[in-house]
Amino acid sequence: MLKLDNIYLELVVEGRSIPILHDIELDFQAGKMYALTGPNGSGKSSIARVAMGIYQPTGGKVFLNGEDITAMGITERARMGIGYAFQQPPRFKGMRVVDMLELAMKHSDGLNCQVLRQIGLCPDDYLDRTLDNSLSGGEIKRIEIATLLAQNPKVRIFDEPEAGIDLWSFEQLIDVIGDSHREDTTTVIISHQEKILNMVDEIILIEEGTVSMRGNRDKIWPQIKESAQCSCRRSCRLEEELYADCPR
Amino acid sequence: MLTALDKKLLEEIAELHDDPPGAFNIRKDGKGVQRRSLEGIEIRSKEDQPGIDVLVAPGKEGSVHIPVILTETDLSDLVYNTIEIGENADITLVAGCGIHNPGSGSARHDGIHRIIVRRGARLKYSEKHYGEGEGGGKRILNPKTELVIEEDAYAELELIQIRGVDNTNRVTEAEVHAGGRLFMFERLLTDGEQTANSDVVVNLMGEGSTARIISRSVAQGNSKQTFNPRLLAYGPGRGHVECDSIIMDQSTVRSVPEIWAENADAELVHEAAIGKIAGDQLIKLMALGLTEEEAEEAIISGFLK
Repeated sequence: MLKLDNIYLELVVEGRSIPILHDIELDFQAGKMYALTGPNGSGKSSIARVAMGIYQPTGGKVFLNGEDITAMGITERARMGIGYAFQQPPRFKGMRVVDMLELAMKHSDGLNCQVLRQIGLCPDDYLDRTLDNSLSGGEIKRIEIATLLAQNPKVRIFDEPEAGIDLWSFEQLIDVIGDSHREDTTTVIISHQEKILNMVDEIILIEEGTVSMRGNRDKIWPQIKESAQCSCRRSCRLEEELYADCPR
Repeated sequence: MLTALDKKLLEEIAELHDDPPGAFNIRKDGKGVQRRSLEGIEIRSKEDQPGIDVLVAPGKEGSVHIPVILTETDLSDLVYNTIEIGENADITLVAGCGIHNPGSGSARHDGIHRIIVRRGARLKYSEKHYGEGEGGGKRILNPKTELVIEEDAYAELELIQIRGVDNTNRVTEAEVHAGGRLFMFERLLTDGEQTANSDVVVNLMGEGSTARIISRSVAQGNSKQTFNPRLLAYGPGRGHVECDSIIMDQSTVRSVPEIWAENADAELVHEAAIGKIAGDQLIKLMALGLTEEEAEEAIISGFLK
């Protein structure tokens, strides 16, 4: 359904060109759920942003159902059926939750305001709330997820949906993402959570800007665990050397 | 007799249709053209100067519409209105001015309102400005509102000007007595070569008096806006001023909030921010299928709602 073909991405930061992604070869199939995982800064969100059209790749192509959409902007891609729930959703002064949900449903078949209930927010309490600083990080994140559910795109990309969400809501979140997944939908979840990695068909490990490993949970999970522990030990050892005379 | 144009202007500023509910006074091109008083809400012409007195009896509930429309060019209209809301009354008052300037001369309205909200009364006051016209003549509105909120009374002011007015100088002065509360929400959008100045002075006089002033504005084109809200506490009152502006194109926004306390138990806060529409806000809405222009429009209309 969504194919990233030999994607390269460089971003210009303070006049310098920084390589972000290289040799990304991914083919997300309809009806399947995927998890993108890997260390912070490895390029997971950048892959999502290339898919959504927020970043233009320096090299390579993006296809949706066989059609080359590389040159298309964010709006066109959204209308073609790609949706993205931000890791850190922006806040809007004056815009209400109901306004956002209505905008999300404008270009799709959509669901309805029940999406709020599905992610544990009572519509009566939240529809008229404004998406500003009066909402907590967890609330705004849940509303972001509800917005993507309302938009109901064919390709759904959730960027760390668990971030900032309490444990009880997290269980509910996993259920709603799983339940709303259909035969004709592709779900991509950027996550580090074991429960999310358990629910997907395939885990894709991103390291240093490229795909370093992919497979099912049984294959990937032990590797991730080991890799995480190794890097922790490595950094601890480094700290030990740097701060040999630690007063503690 | 009101023309179709008059009705359109009245609809814009006061959502008034053929038969306005409650009491009303419609002023057109410097003269009163329609009026209805009700029991407990008396509207009468002033004898010594242009304008009306609106007298609301104690305990009365209802609505009053006092819109002004200008449909001629080369016209300058000055009006003094006095509004007294009796003790424990509960009133919605819709003022506002709509200008259709058909020519190249200027059309100007200076509305000076003196409003007294007596002890325990509630007033919801809405003032909307609107301008249009094909002749290129200036549309100028200079409202001045003097407000006294007596003990335990409440007043809510909604002041709106979205496009169409070339120059505006708005002055709002309020005196809030013990236990009185003021909520003021100003919304403004200017574009082209328009200018808008808003000076607000709120005096918190007594114990438990509170004021919240919110000013939201969008400046587009080459327009210029200046805000100068001042909040002064002479007693143990609480107040909050918030000025928030979206700046676009080549516009200029100047925001100078001031807080001043003369009592150790006063609590005053001010916040002011000027900034453009954030890139991630546009991206978020475009990722829902809106074009960049639609996203910008949605952000602005939400901000000014």
